[in-house]
Amino acid sequence: MGVRSSLAVLAGTAASQSSRLLRRGSGEVIGGRIALELQPGLLAELAADRVVACVSGTNGKTTTTRLLVAALATRGPVASNAGGANMPEGHVVALSGVPRDRPAVLEVDEVYLPQVVAAVAPRTIVLLNLSRDQLDRMAETRRIVAAWRAMLVGATERPVVIANADDPLVTWAAMPAGRVVWVGAGLAWRSDAAICPSCGGLLTFAAESWACEECPLRRPEPEVALRDGEIDVRGERLPVELALPGRANRGNAALATAAADVLGIAPADALAAMRAVTGVGGRYAVHRRPEATYRLFLAKNPAGWVEIFDMLAEADRPLVLAINARTADGRDTSWLWDVPFEKLRGRHVVVTGERGADLALRLAYAEVDHELVPGTDAALRTAKRRRDQHPAAGADDPDLDVVANYTAFQALRGTVAPVSGHQ
Amino acid sequence: MSDSSVAIALLYPELLGTYGDNGNATVLAQRLRWRGIAAEVVTVAPRAPLPTCEIYLLGGGEDDPQRHVARDLAEGGRLTAAVEGGAVVLAVCAGLQVLGRSFATGEGRYAEGVGLLDIETGRPPRDQQHKRAVGEAVVEPRRSLNLPMLVGFENHGGLTTLRGHALPLGTVRVGIGNGTADRAEGVISGHVVGTYLHGPVLALNPALADMLLGWVVGELPPLPDDTVDAAAERVKAIRLEAAGLTTLGM
Repeated sequence: MGVRSSLAVLAGTAASQSSRLLRRGSGEVIGGRIALELQPGLLAELAADRVVACVSGTNGKTTTTRLLVAALATRGPVASNAGGANMPEGHVVALSGVPRDRPAVLEVDEVYLPQVVAAVAPRTIVLLNLSRDQLDRMAETRRIVAAWRAMLVGATERPVVIANADDPLVTWAAMPAGRVVWVGAGLAWRSDAAICPSCGGLLTFAAESWACEECPLRRPEPEVALRDGEIDVRGERLPVELALPGRANRGNAALATAAADVLGIAPADALAAMRAVTGVGGRYAVHRRPEATYRLFLAKNPAGWVEIFDMLAEADRPLVLAINARTADGRDTSWLWDVPFEKLRGRHVVVTGERGADLALRLAYAEVDHELVPGTDAALRTAKRRRDQHPAAGADDPDLDVVANYTAFQALRGTVAPVSGHQ
Repeated sequence: MSDSSVAIALLYPELLGTYGDNGNATVLAQRLRWRGIAAEVVTVAPRAPLPTCEIYLLGGGEDDPQRHVARDLAEGGRLTAAVEGGAVVLAVCAGLQVLGRSFATGEGRYAEGVGLLDIETGRPPRDQQHKRAVGEAVVEPRRSLNLPMLVGFENHGGLTTLRGHALPLGTVRVGIGNGTADRAEGVISGHVVGTYLHGPVLALNPALADMLLGWVVGELPPLPDDTVDAAAERVKAIRLEAAGLTTLGM
């Protein structure tokens, strides 16, 4: 590494540390930003001669990154942007000071993926899914598909692309790559995939297939597939026993297993290691506040909410739903009507958040028993009182389930200390 | 569909349902059921024949799906025949555009619409195209409808011009609406109503929902429980505040 790069890393590290000392944040973003300003080629330099995997997509990036890190960690330390800073400045911080013989798993923002791939020349890229994060973002989703596809045109044996064959947009983007491992990871949310990304024709979906009516685009035959709770790796069926809940996370595990396989970790070993992942950036983990203990779920878009119902299905504890509509959440709350909240009938729901009233209206039409309680603390107290009146089995279980959209989630995790399942 | 049940057709939700507008079907069906009137929502898939229903609903969507919708709806003139037979139609955003004579599909190209409404949708002039209409909207309904102020969230890049007998649904007090100089929002022609308001519009504006239902079943008894309309009032107050208004002709 040249003197300029070394100085850039030092300056960035110093900035990160002072940011942490001043409690201004985790320090990843500011330190990386300073380092990149001092040496724009720094990310490429830090990644040179290193085995790197990139993970991108709308939903499941952080979790899949964490699962792949767990698999690779069976062979020693792994560099990763575990804090979720998924743009180049976060990647610089993740790689700074980590020896070159250590592999890296980078969670990458969808928009930044082509730029990061150009810089780090990854051995493998995991493409999870693509849908709108917000209601008015479909045009952006189409631009991302085109940019991903352009990124892979002309790619030969490297990178090996691990792509979700159940997502037509991801499939279309991945097709030009020289080597693709197609994974049948599932796709619960198809509302953004009605139209063929290739020709604009209608797509038709069946249980384990999809195809365009007007052109040859169809679901590729997967090499690795999630089926009946098992992962089928070219005919070898392996059980998936994760600590993380839900079908979506089993799909994430299937993609991470395929990526680990490319990087030399046997699928059975990879899956065994993934069992140790119990919480990801506050998601799924049990949090404790004076008001109550609760398992916290992040659902930042309709696709995410659909997955969450699957995770809540077996629980019989009071549920708190927190909804904001700040810029990061999307200002329009109409999406609440794209989510099948009718599935919550029979549960009691405490609704909170700055736009809790919008959700209360939705739940009234869905005939879900609910009450609107402004203020997060008050909502937690209300739900806890209900829990105390109807004590359920399992003293070790958290009192509540809490599902929140993006900024509401940040508020709920900000001041809590996980009691279990943290990394 | 039994004779006593009101059939509500939700048209092509896979293509025109990604802005929450499918909720309009839920709202109409529930407001009938709660009054003891049977209702069923009939979801119509692309390419499927148009069923005979009392109410047809179209939602918002993207440019690409719009052309499939226009083709399916124009086929055999079924929707036009249903409207001539007295059916009620609510079309939101892309759905509104599709029902007109023509609509822009981007890059200066135009597609032929169903022709049920005497409207045309183009793009705003080039120098104003960055002004996509996104945000809270407040609409004063045309007086003859006797409705309270309408609220919703608009999110579109169209410029809709009304011709002939098409009348605006109302006038925008906050927001862009159809994008024309007269500040018109939406369109009403007989029992066909079009609007740019999402929310869904019938969830946020229950009086508009009841107006459409009244066209089908006649005078409506009050809801047995006012919880849901109280919830809508709370949301409406938040919307008005977000739009920079507090109490405005409520």
